[in-house]
Amino acid sequence: MSWGVVAVALLTSLSTAASLFMVAAGLTLIFGAMRVINLAHGSLYMYGAFIAATIVGSATGDTFWYALALAPLAVVVLGTLLEVGLMRRVYRADHLVQLLATYGVLLILGDLALQFWGASPLSVSSPRVLSGSLAFQHFTFPAYELFLTGTGVLVGLALWFLLARTSLGWKVRASVEDAELLAVRGTNVKLLYTVVFAIGAFLAGLGGALITPLQGVDTGLGSSIIVAAFVVAVIGGLGSIAGAALGAGIIAVFQMAGALWLPAWEPTSLYVAMIVVLAIKPWGLLGVRDR
Amino acid sequence: MGATTGDPGEGLAVLDLHAYYGLSHVLQGVSLEVGVGETVALLGRNGAGKTTTMRAVMGLMPVRSGRVRLFGQDVTGRRPDQLQRSGVAFVPSGRRVFGSLTVLQNLELAARAGRRRSTRWTLDRVELLFPALPALRGRRAAFLSGGEQQMVKLACALLGEPRLLLLDEPTEGLAPTVVQEMGGWLAALRAEGLGMLLAEQNAVFALRLAQRCYVLEKGVIRAEQAADELLRSETGLRYLGVARNP
Repeated sequence: MSWGVVAVALLTSLSTAASLFMVAAGLTLIFGAMRVINLAHGSLYMYGAFIAATIVGSATGDTFWYALALAPLAVVVLGTLLEVGLMRRVYRADHLVQLLATYGVLLILGDLALQFWGASPLSVSSPRVLSGSLAFQHFTFPAYELFLTGTGVLVGLALWFLLARTSLGWKVRASVEDAELLAVRGTNVKLLYTVVFAIGAFLAGLGGALITPLQGVDTGLGSSIIVAAFVVAVIGGLGSIAGAALGAGIIAVFQMAGALWLPAWEPTSLYVAMIVVLAIKPWGLLGVRDR
Repeated sequence: MGATTGDPGEGLAVLDLHAYYGLSHVLQGVSLEVGVGETVALLGRNGAGKTTTMRAVMGLMPVRSGRVRLFGQDVTGRRPDQLQRSGVAFVPSGRRVFGSLTVLQNLELAARAGRRRSTRWTLDRVELLFPALPALRGRRAAFLSGGEQQMVKLACALLGEPRLLLLDEPTEGLAPTVVQEMGGWLAALRAEGLGMLLAEQNAVFALRLAQRCYVLEKGVIRAEQAADELLRSETGLRYLGVARNP
């Protein structure tokens, strides 16, 4: 096997990691602040992809950039409605209730997508500037996948800045520790939770919109990403953004290695990685023991 | 309904408050008052309902019936952040600081989230009251000593510009020297004209600061008395489980 093949595989897995990271970061952010696993998070990703594909398909010309700007915002609106209508009612409920409720949303959003967009996959071509390939010494690599990787890194840096350097970020971290104390010091925690959920929805919608040039958009997108994103979030440590980045990298490389050397085992590699990590670090790589 | 503009001369008035934890009836009609600038002790044994009273007043647990009036306005059922903004700061017991944030981040968060119009308590002024605070600015709050955490807790409460402090067990778990320090800080705040409701197991500590006191038992106010009177009463102190200093 030539180094060129390995390099391409590695770069490809980095771009996979970038989109996985965006979805898992939202999942883990929402879990960290509100202690709720949102199974419908994958559906938000899927809607990001569908809405982006619809915008691209609705006009001729280079509409991809409009789609990339608008689809995540549309998903933010959807996510906000979901938070206000349902999620805030189940934050204090049992985890089982939360899982049932969000699973219900997943099914409803899936069927609605089937109604709107049908069963046949939509396809989106890369924006013109990124449609080519970059030639390196021993191999060539699609420009779009490099763009996706770079966007993932930027999103990660933006999230770090938000959490470490802004008062909104301090509030999010404070709410993870002691939401009651935050409330008596004058923060509207209900509103904060809506904002956190909307940020998570934005990340899912952005991830979904970004994946459209690489993957056919159909109603199976949501359920496939939620499993991978959940594994990533658990490996990294639920609640840790840096952990989500690390977990996304590990899972993507594991999947790539599986596909390259043990193709028959590829679907299993995800779970093998999770089992190995949790056997060594039960709270995930960067997770902390739950209170 | 009373006037919505409110009577600035009125502080906190709790009227016949009832609250439940599940099926257990923990507040069975608590009524008490704290005038503007007045210091009032809320005494009682463990489980009498002192903390619950404060949490119910602060909107941290549902109230079944009864009213809470604050500075002449009915605030029953308001959210904690709304109550904070109308001028009441709840200082919970224990090491309640945001441990993953630095001291300065704790303080800035309190100042930004809770700031009302006036700016009586700026960071500089708070640091004047707690001279040890500036040196701790960059430290993560999780790594502070018990006394330092109490200081940060009080400083955060002040940065929200309160007119009334609800202090839940401020001396709980503190070393005797720190208890003494806490007494000094609270006396300074009293001198500033801040109203205080002081829930304490340490009755002597609270009675030395307070003008009046209430004794809570099984969710009901059993007695209301002037603080110095109770401090001189052998039977009263014995009831509160305090042996008088020889």
